[in-house]
Amino acid sequence: MPLTPLQTYFPIGLVLLVGSGLALVLLLLANVLGPRRPNAAKMSPFECGSVPVGSARDRFGVKFYVVALLFIVFDIEAVFLFPWAVLSTELGWAGYVEMLIFVATLVVGLAYVWKKGVLDWAE
Amino acid sequence: MTQTTGKLLGWILGTALAIGFVVVMGQLAIGPAAQSMVPAPATSAGLTEVLFYVLAGVTIAGAAGVALSHNILYSAIGLLMALLGAGSLYVFLSADFLAVAQLLIYIGGVLVLVLFAVMLTNRITEITVSNTSLGLWGGLMLFVAVAPVLLAVALVTPWATITPAAAAHTTETIGDALLSRWLLPFEVASLVLLASLVGAVAIARKEIKAD
Repeated sequence: MPLTPLQTYFPIGLVLLVGSGLALVLLLLANVLGPRRPNAAKMSPFECGSVPVGSARDRFGVKFYVVALLFIVFDIEAVFLFPWAVLSTELGWAGYVEMLIFVATLVVGLAYVWKKGVLDWAE
Repeated sequence: MTQTTGKLLGWILGTALAIGFVVVMGQLAIGPAAQSMVPAPATSAGLTEVLFYVLAGVTIAGAAGVALSHNILYSAIGLLMALLGAGSLYVFLSADFLAVAQLLIYIGGVLVLVLFAVMLTNRITEITVSNTSLGLWGGLMLFVAVAPVLLAVALVTPWATITPAAAAHTTETIGDALLSRWLLPFEVASLVLLASLVGAVAIARKEIKAD
């Protein structure tokens, strides 16, 4: 018997429910049961153990933006790869070449970004 | 004085255009579709219905958070809720590939980009009014003009309900369509991605070199 979408996605829903529920319950328990004796050192933001420097709401380097965009471009490419991958044998060499053109176009972009030095992280 | 008159005229024109658009669309698209539809039979509220309304509520609450929040970072979190809700609504339509794509691209990618764009801006914490160019009265006029039309459309249309079909795998169909019938748009999509990448580097390059 074919399953309805609700039945198919029941395990995912269960994981979501348990995951968010666990986080909420743990936060609530810590809030209710934990002792609260604040002092200046405890209330300061945690920066890997060192003394905090400045506000967290600082301007980010514009480099991060290009890297994020690079991630999205190849994220979309990966999503487009799925429909081709499940049909790759049926589509044969024609489909392979078509996908190759698609990927090659994006590789041109990667090469351009690389050449422009966006990927060089050292100052 | 003339500026106020001009603004008022602009709002009246905009309102008229919006109403005209809704009416024309109603006659062109919704009317014929409404006639061919069978009115939905009244269904009892099962688990599916409850879940649907919960997810729709999450989507709308997230969208409202985006529009109403004064803190732009909270707006981004609201966008996360709205996108997540919309993605889960795709599941109700048996569009599994679309739901996964929504999760991977919009939540995993676009939202991160939006957050980066927010954090790249200079004075995040000082933003108080989201859009000052949008007058309260103009918005109210537009709302009063358009809301009845939209409400009428929503109430008059005999919405058809489709019983949830078996969860089919849409990925094969999409792959077949993309690589045969819609090949050109598919390849053009790669060019759009390339253009966005080159554009981002071109805009940010000066700053990257200055670093």
